[in-house]
Amino acid sequence: MRDIQREEMSYDVVIVGAGPAGLSAAIKLKQINSDISICLLEKAAEVGAHILSGNVFETKALDELIPNWKNLNAPVKTKVTSEDFLFLNKEKSFKVPNFLLPKSLQNHGNYIISLSNLCKWLGEFAENLGVEIFPGFAASKLLYNEKGEVSGVQTGDMGLDKNGNPKDSFEPGINIKGKVTVLSEGCRGHLGKEVINKFNLDANNKSPQQYGIGFKEIWEIDPEKHNLGKIIHSVGWPLENDTYGGSFCYHAENNQIYLGYVIGLDYKNPYLSPYDEFQQFKTHPEIKKILSKGKRISYGARALIEGGLQSLPQMHMPGALLIGCDAGTLNMPKIKGSHTAMKSGIIAGEVINKYLSQNEDLSIYEGEFKNSWIYDELHQARNVKPSFQWGLIPAMIFTGIDQKIFGGKLPFTLQHKHADHDSLVSAKDSKKINYPKYDGEFTFDKPSSVYLSGTNHAENQPCHLLLKDNDLTTNYTLEEYDEPAQRYCPAGVYEIETDSQTQKKFLKINSQNCIHCKTCDIKEPSQNIDWVTPEGGGGPIYSGT
Amino acid sequence: MKVLVAVKRVVDYKVQIRVKADQSGVETENVKMSVNPPDENAIEEAVKLKEQGLAQETLAVTIGDEKAQDVLRTSMAMGIDRSILVKSPNSLEPLAVAKTLFKIIEKENPDLVLLGKQAIDDDANQTGQILSAILNWPQACFISELKIEGNKLLISREIDEGIEKLETNLPAVLTCDLRLNTPRFASLPNIMKAKKKPLDVIDISTLGIDTNPKIKVLKVEEPTKRKAGIMVNDVKELIEKLKYEAKVI
Repeated sequence: MRDIQREEMSYDVVIVGAGPAGLSAAIKLKQINSDISICLLEKAAEVGAHILSGNVFETKALDELIPNWKNLNAPVKTKVTSEDFLFLNKEKSFKVPNFLLPKSLQNHGNYIISLSNLCKWLGEFAENLGVEIFPGFAASKLLYNEKGEVSGVQTGDMGLDKNGNPKDSFEPGINIKGKVTVLSEGCRGHLGKEVINKFNLDANNKSPQQYGIGFKEIWEIDPEKHNLGKIIHSVGWPLENDTYGGSFCYHAENNQIYLGYVIGLDYKNPYLSPYDEFQQFKTHPEIKKILSKGKRISYGARALIEGGLQSLPQMHMPGALLIGCDAGTLNMPKIKGSHTAMKSGIIAGEVINKYLSQNEDLSIYEGEFKNSWIYDELHQARNVKPSFQWGLIPAMIFTGIDQKIFGGKLPFTLQHKHADHDSLVSAKDSKKINYPKYDGEFTFDKPSSVYLSGTNHAENQPCHLLLKDNDLTTNYTLEEYDEPAQRYCPAGVYEIETDSQTQKKFLKINSQNCIHCKTCDIKEPSQNIDWVTPEGGGGPIYSGT
Repeated sequence: MKVLVAVKRVVDYKVQIRVKADQSGVETENVKMSVNPPDENAIEEAVKLKEQGLAQETLAVTIGDEKAQDVLRTSMAMGIDRSILVKSPNSLEPLAVAKTLFKIIEKENPDLVLLGKQAIDDDANQTGQILSAILNWPQACFISELKIEGNKLLISREIDEGIEKLETNLPAVLTCDLRLNTPRFASLPNIMKAKKKPLDVIDISTLGIDTNPKIKVLKVEEPTKRKAGIMVNDVKELIEKLKYEAKVI
């Protein structure tokens, strides 16, 4: 196995991940110089199939990249027409008057979109410019040259059995060399994680990175209750005061609503189940009202970046750039990362062109980034998320002052205290949470949800969720935290079972259910789980979501 | 020997099928589409025949809109030499598909036609059979093994009682079962090469066949939801329920 001959292909630029960042970088490069050869790898079976996002879209970056997008039938059509911001308690809801909302939460001029559809459209746009896009191929390893610089990626082997031996259909991965490699895998990409460690890209960060887990369901609702272009955000119930999170509900085309929930992964109680908080949220009278007589048609979950500027690693390294949420460019108070991801890609395109044609160093990325609106935006936004460590109400008041009165220009920067895997309190000191039973009408169990996500991995392949130390699962995470993976995984991948012979408990990993959200890689208290790419083409199918 | 493979673009087997809001059919907008799985077996078999030196040329044909090109590119990435897209604005019934393939076969003169045993979208399981009748060629359906000796085809097919062995001669129409082989992955270099392989486009209106549907779809509905089961205490209760409530015994 070790001695396989691997084919090699060479390009000017190799991009990993066909999300808004990677596609924008590819498009920008081709617009500047159509002779630059670009290979774009995407682990999903088609472009857009692993893209899951709210999404209320700010067109700023798209306007810059493709100014005539409106004439090109881009799937950006539903303008935001009205918006509500609600405080929820168990029975009631209180509407915050719009004039009190910070500008970052006002969405006039934005659009309700499916980011998956937009990426598919950007993918076709990029292909027409000559970008070679290969869906179904995971970049599984980084290649380095003799100087230790990133020199490309290796695609994953296809057709290995669960023990790592080749099956009849075995097709070895190939080496794809690039003068520049762009990592745009999205939040917590596994190659991004490797380069952050290898090149100490977060050495100058003031704060550890912060993450959240986001859920999204699409519901087809009663046309009488549908209000095209309306968006609703909420905070409060069912989350406790000390847990960061909130909901979104966007009225999109075809009588659909995009309903979702985001919870900060810095939560403390190991008994908290983000999935069940979301399910419970849907039973609030205000939400039930919208959903009754409706039908859930899709489900997905994905980790997202919440750290902001103080957690943003250096985005350049020898031979490569780290862009979009692989680095962490999401604007948390705006709850938007698509436009900033795209902008980080546009800048990457410009920088790479200068690197290839004018011999500039990739480190000019930093200056270009600082001189752009993306930096201003993230700078203004930087204090919002860390203020939530004081609890919901003080944070809302502080955010009001910071954003509304000072426009995010207060002369200090709050820091995030802990990495998310350090935030859990021991199970014996935590309150157990009894979540209500699923009713099959508004709330559903994990298996039926995962079923809707179209998730599939080829059978009999190596497990892609690697444990660094097998024993830690029982003598640490189970004992100390009652194995929180059972609850934070939104797809039921992790289960504690009892061995029928020895009566010993053990962790069972149903990796075929994995919807590629990366939460386990982030939240596991001992950082014992390493998420790596499974066979290309596997995972959820979020096309159209 | 020249081998022609018929390929259909269908909603991917992993996708949860959804009925359109107006009940006119199933939703295909923004849904992942793929090669019909048994057609992949047909492609694999054709490519194998070429690799064994038994076939000199392999050709894939599909019928559909512009987007259907992607299943032809996939076929060629797996090893098919060239392909033809018959452009049709509407999706066709098996009879019209068979007539269309007949026209292409008249032109291309293949010795062997391979098809998937059925398409996973309509499950019609008719095209291969109708085609063999129009051509007046022998047919073998759901084949799970194929050996070629000169002009002779030795075929196995799995039936209820075991394995049926058939023998026939070229030219022939064969429909492929999933057990026939394991379709290969298209490697990245082969996908690149496939982009340069010839893909001809023919408009269906130039073939002079009647493609009008013979069946009118009135309404497509989702299956009714299964009601939750109940637990019974004993056999007596079970029999009573079956007899008087469910009325099945």
